[in-house]
Amino acid sequence: MLARYVIPALLILIVPLLPFLAPWLKVVLIIALAKGIAVLGVTTLLRAGQVSFGHALFFAIAAYASAFLARSAVGGEFFVMLLLGTFAAGLSGLLVGLFVVRYRGIFFGMLNLAFSMIFWSILEKFYYLTGGADGIHVRRPTVLGISLARAEFETFLFYFAFLLALLLGWVALRFLNSPIGHLFQTVKTNETRLQYLGISPRRTLLVGYVFSAGLCGVGGVLLATVQGIVTPDYAWWIRSGEMVFIAVLGGAGSVAGAFVGALAYELVRTYAAAFAADIWQMVLGAFLLVIILFAPGGMIGIYDTLMRRLFRNGGSARDRDAESEAAYRPAVEGKKP
Amino acid sequence: MTAYLMEARGLEIRFGGVVAAQNVTLEVKEGQNLAIIGPNGAGKTTFLNICTGWLKPSAGSVYFRGKEITRLSPRQICRLGVARAFQIPQLFTEHTALENMLIAASAREGHWAPFTALSRIPEREEMMHLLEMVHCGDVADRPVVELSEGQRKLIDIAVALALKPRLLLMDEPTSGVASSQKHEVMEILVRALAAAGVTSVFVEHDMSIVERYADEVAVWAAGVVQLRGGPAEVLEHPDVIRDVIGETV
Amino acid sequence: MNFSLFLLAVFDGIAYAALVFMVALGLTLIFGVLRILNVAHGSLYAIGAYVTASVGAAIFAAGFAPFLAFPLMLIAAALIGVVLGGPIEYLLLRRIYHRPEVLQLLVTFAVFMILEDVQRQIWGTQPYFEATALQLLGNVQVLGVYYTVYQLIFLPLVALTVLIGLRLFLRRALAGKLIMAVTEDREAAQAIGINADRVFFLTFVVGAALAALGGALASPTTSVLPGIGADMIVLSFAVVATAGLGQIEGAAVAALLIGLGRSFAVYLMPELQVLVPYLIMLSVLLIRPEGLFGRPGARKI
Repeated sequence: MLARYVIPALLILIVPLLPFLAPWLKVVLIIALAKGIAVLGVTTLLRAGQVSFGHALFFAIAAYASAFLARSAVGGEFFVMLLLGTFAAGLSGLLVGLFVVRYRGIFFGMLNLAFSMIFWSILEKFYYLTGGADGIHVRRPTVLGISLARAEFETFLFYFAFLLALLLGWVALRFLNSPIGHLFQTVKTNETRLQYLGISPRRTLLVGYVFSAGLCGVGGVLLATVQGIVTPDYAWWIRSGEMVFIAVLGGAGSVAGAFVGALAYELVRTYAAAFAADIWQMVLGAFLLVIILFAPGGMIGIYDTLMRRLFRNGGSARDRDAESEAAYRPAVEGKKP
Repeated sequence: MTAYLMEARGLEIRFGGVVAAQNVTLEVKEGQNLAIIGPNGAGKTTFLNICTGWLKPSAGSVYFRGKEITRLSPRQICRLGVARAFQIPQLFTEHTALENMLIAASAREGHWAPFTALSRIPEREEMMHLLEMVHCGDVADRPVVELSEGQRKLIDIAVALALKPRLLLMDEPTSGVASSQKHEVMEILVRALAAAGVTSVFVEHDMSIVERYADEVAVWAAGVVQLRGGPAEVLEHPDVIRDVIGETV
Repeated sequence: MNFSLFLLAVFDGIAYAALVFMVALGLTLIFGVLRILNVAHGSLYAIGAYVTASVGAAIFAAGFAPFLAFPLMLIAAALIGVVLGGPIEYLLLRRIYHRPEVLQLLVTFAVFMILEDVQRQIWGTQPYFEATALQLLGNVQVLGVYYTVYQLIFLPLVALTVLIGLRLFLRRALAGKLIMAVTEDREAAQAIGINADRVFFLTFVVGAALAALGGALASPTTSVLPGIGADMIVLSFAVVATAGLGQIEGAAVAALLIGLGRSFAVYLMPELQVLVPYLIMLSVLLIRPEGLFGRPGARKI
């Protein structure tokens, strides 16, 4: 049983050493961690049985908020940018959420897409504010008032992002395991019962939605500071699709899967995309189909199955597959009382 | 203003052109176990749906403890102390039996703190006890999808009881329970209700159960309450024997 | 805004609505029957436009008669419906009809991602523009405003024909009646011997062809370039959601509403042009979550 945790523990220990072993990986890893944190938001929503095709919206809102802040008289202090960017994402998550939590399934997914497209076109059209398609340059922020050189800043950002990812992963696990987190997840299985427990499914979903928007916000600020520029591309549907893809790749609904998926995705993208730059979407789409149809548990699901086969500690592989499949299962019995 | 716990006055429900209920008046007295019997399709479940706010009547009103609740949502009515168990159990299918109970307890107590684990809430003992009371203690840690229909039925009722309601509405509480165990189950239920001081209304097709466990019986046919009285009196009424019992036996 | 500008806005709106309607019609038809929202629908629209524009340019350069532009559109649409729509339904969707909705969305989304790159591979990123059909029909003067016959008369006429034709097909033709039967009650239809698989296949091919036809008809009026598919899926979803999922006539009204809203925005507040369709959709959904013509919980095509 313990053997299952050896590899994850090793991974967690190895990642902070990577900048020493392979310094060129630093930026790639920061990007992977930033995306992983954002994907955690999408993953959270999957736990309530909802998929959003527009969560890049909150990613972009936080990124632009921190870009504006870096440009303003207040100047760029990393922690202020992070806090305010996340706050902006959470606040817009609340506003958009108030509307979208009225819907489920298709409408939930597509309305989120619509909101992100609206924001994207605002970024493109109101160029005198947003720099249009060229975006805004994000000056390297100070860290607690200290200005760092590029390499030092990246080192700081890497370790900070790593710790933040661990912290937020833990927070997400605690949230999902708390009473309110469980109520949130029952939106997926039985809203009728939820109402008959005196709980508003919408309000419960809203709590998780704001949480997920905030996570996307954290990812957005991190990516904006490491890349030094924000563009409308941050809100483009392909970004949202990428987040959904990573969530499914890692293991739909799995907290660890969000980060494993993001690391795998970003590494492959950086080193393999050069060979397939023109057909990158196609590769992703095809891969997405394969995962959904043949390995619905994603990487975490495959890992669990392997571990079970290896150590035979109860539960056949088929059970696990059934569980993974459950990640997508909507409220089948919950429609009519 | 009134001695009744719940009171429906002049209810009328239409689906399209079909009248499912008309001018229904039914009172529930505090502390009683009221059975509703009648042929299938008579509108019994619809009545429960109206009393819990799931459906809105086209006319008439429902009162709970003297307060009008006709236009309230299921959620609001639940908060006033009306719980419901369903004909088809409404459970959280990805959770275990105990988790279902703990979620109900969290809903009741309003546990909003995001950093306590569901499994560690103070009501755990109480919920475990409730599960044991409905003879599901041994399956507490199994996912509800793996349980039998009868067990799910009982857990569904236990979830409703976990809310500590004043009034519990049950839709065929013993359907799906093996017939040899029906009386045992009802015995447990009635005792639990009495212990918790919960008034109950239950829709039931099994007349032996109605006879034994109901304090009062209302006969529902063709969208109207036809008759109401003590079980012995009602069940021996010739119309009831012809229209209701004749059909279900 | 003077009168002729007003008239121009109205004409723009009508022409645009006719195009969006074709795509939305396919989307809503597929949803009504298969209960699947085909996110890849926008790509079929884009491919319809690309094929028509590129093949058109090639055959006119080779000296063929310009009127061939019209049959070309039909052929392109039918071909895309069969060649692309067919395999999508047969190889993919058929595996997931009984799977959860989230999963179905993800599958069509994956197809969308794939088709977007397929376009880029075949046609590159340079815009295509081929307006022979538009020029062939010339202009018309209405109340002092000159407008192309193609956009003002031909497009709405085609849209209307398709709408009426589809309605008649669903009411009168045997295949149409089968589609309606499967939509009303899948199990019952199968129980009396209707081959639901075939009905689904047919519906998806027709729906895909409608999207491609929308693209083919749009190609003479606009530059065909990457990204139009993504815009169109969201826009046609806006139309379909505003009307109510599965509502055919409703989609026509919603398309007109959104088309006019958008064209007036072009003249009055150009920055808001892209926003108006969504604002219309969001405000409709805020008041009627099931759409203008949708009935809550009821399915209908």
